[in-house]
Amino acid sequence: MSNFDSIKDLVEIADQENVKLSDIILRLQAKELGISEEQLLERMRITYHEMVLSLENAVKNDKKSLSGLTGGDANKLFEAIKTKRSVLPEFISKIIARALATGELNACMGKIVAMPTAGACGIVPAVLLTVKEENSIDEDVALQGLITAGGIGLVIANKASISGAKGGCQAECGSAASMAAAAMTKMLGGTNEMVANAAALAMKNQLGLVCDPVAGLVEVPCIKRNVGGAMIAIAAAEMSLAGIKSVIPVDEVIWAMKNVGDQMSVNLKESAKGGLAATKTGKEITENFIKSY
Amino acid sequence: MNIFDIIGPIMIGPSSSHTAGVVRIAKITSKLLGETIVKAKVYFSGSFTTTYKGHGSDKAVMGGLLGYNADDIRIRDSKNEFIKRKTDISFDTEDLSEYHPNTVKIEVTGESGKRISVIGCSVGGGSILIRRINQYEVQFDATYNTLIIPHNDISGLIAFVARVIAEHQINIANMKVFRSERGGKAIMIIETDQLIGKEIINQLQSNSNIFEITYLEPIE
Ligand code: SF4
Repeated sequence: MSNFDSIKDLVEIADQENVKLSDIILRLQAKELGISEEQLLERMRITYHEMVLSLENAVKNDKKSLSGLTGGDANKLFEAIKTKRSVLPEFISKIIARALATGELNACMGKIVAMPTAGACGIVPAVLLTVKEENSIDEDVALQGLITAGGIGLVIANKASISGAKGGCQAECGSAASMAAAAMTKMLGGTNEMVANAAALAMKNQLGLVCDPVAGLVEVPCIKRNVGGAMIAIAAAEMSLAGIKSVIPVDEVIWAMKNVGDQMSVNLKESAKGGLAATKTGKEITENFIKSY
Repeated sequence: MNIFDIIGPIMIGPSSSHTAGVVRIAKITSKLLGETIVKAKVYFSGSFTTTYKGHGSDKAVMGGLLGYNADDIRIRDSKNEFIKRKTDISFDTEDLSEYHPNTVKIEVTGESGKRISVIGCSVGGGSILIRRINQYEVQFDATYNTLIIPHNDISGLIAFVARVIAEHQINIANMKVFRSERGGKAIMIIETDQLIGKEIINQLQSNSNIFEITYLEPIE
């Protein structure tokens, strides 16, 4: 039995039974929720379709955020891709643009799926849906990717945190990056161990990231940090699929994330009192925003 | 916590605690009132006081009062709907930090003159905790089927309620009684996994020591 407090345990159970990690996550969560595996899968399919719809809306969106601070950046990159002015391979540029677009949609009161939070909602969809599209992956496999991401996120939430106020941005964008790396590795045929490794490699690259939203709003730096999370996720999956391992095992990396979060000053945990929020420009934006009340 | 707290909730942005959680608190407030709202006063506390406009918490309150769920796209236009309906609403701030850093108080008046005041906390990820209904300090998170039963605080009443529910083969997950003063009035919060039918509510409501019951299905 697993209470989702160790990724290693989940991988071990899956390997012993010679099944996929997502099968184990599905089975244990269905039991926990008191529903059948089919019912859980159907609910997850609904969420998946909401995610697809949300990305479609995000790509079409041309609104500014409520504060007027952000919006329109994703379109600049989509335009650059369209006119062949972007410099990275299209697969990567698309992920960047989609991560931005979803973050922007969230900031203007669009409908999104929080994964694991609203602030970090662009990372998993951008990676998962672009990987699916580029590799012509079936929806069922993408669903397994999403379930894998959910299981990884659940362990992180149980053993560390997925809230910026508790653990800094490493807990939000870091967790999302781990989840996305795990999903991508699963979808591209990685073993259960590779999935766990990808999650570890992604989180290691996000350790220490602080939560410092300007004026306390989920906009600056949140939207653009979705890009960082997505890029780290695909790099982690790439490494893991090539057989590169994390020296520190995934559960210990999660422990480290909690350890760093606990030592982080409250000024750097969503209170908008440190980091970018405390810069000259950050403070000016805050003052102007409060004046507009 | 389960997998749908990680892959989800499906919600209107930008913030699970400042937007989605607030919609839920407001929706419960409107259910407790149970009639058309003519007037609402909203008091934001803690981090809401400086960010409520940027997070759309004001629209979230109005959306919830209109009965929308946290994933309803109409939340964006809830302000216009209020204007159209000529519902009077005002926003203010108040220090309610003794409850939680993210707390909101919503006072509503219905067309019959009935008034309800609710204090709710948005505790993260869109989850909420209702902490006060009118004069009663309560505590429930609305993740179960929830019966809210204001009643005269007399002996035998709790047994009566438990018996009626048990007779219908409904399993009570939690039962809490909150008193405003001894021997006066109290409020009972009953949480169950199963849905509670109209029959049960009518049977409970027929007891003259029970005031108006509110039934909430698990929040979406
Ligand atoms: S900076 Fe803070 S609010 Fe923004 S995404 Fe990161 S954790 Fe969330």
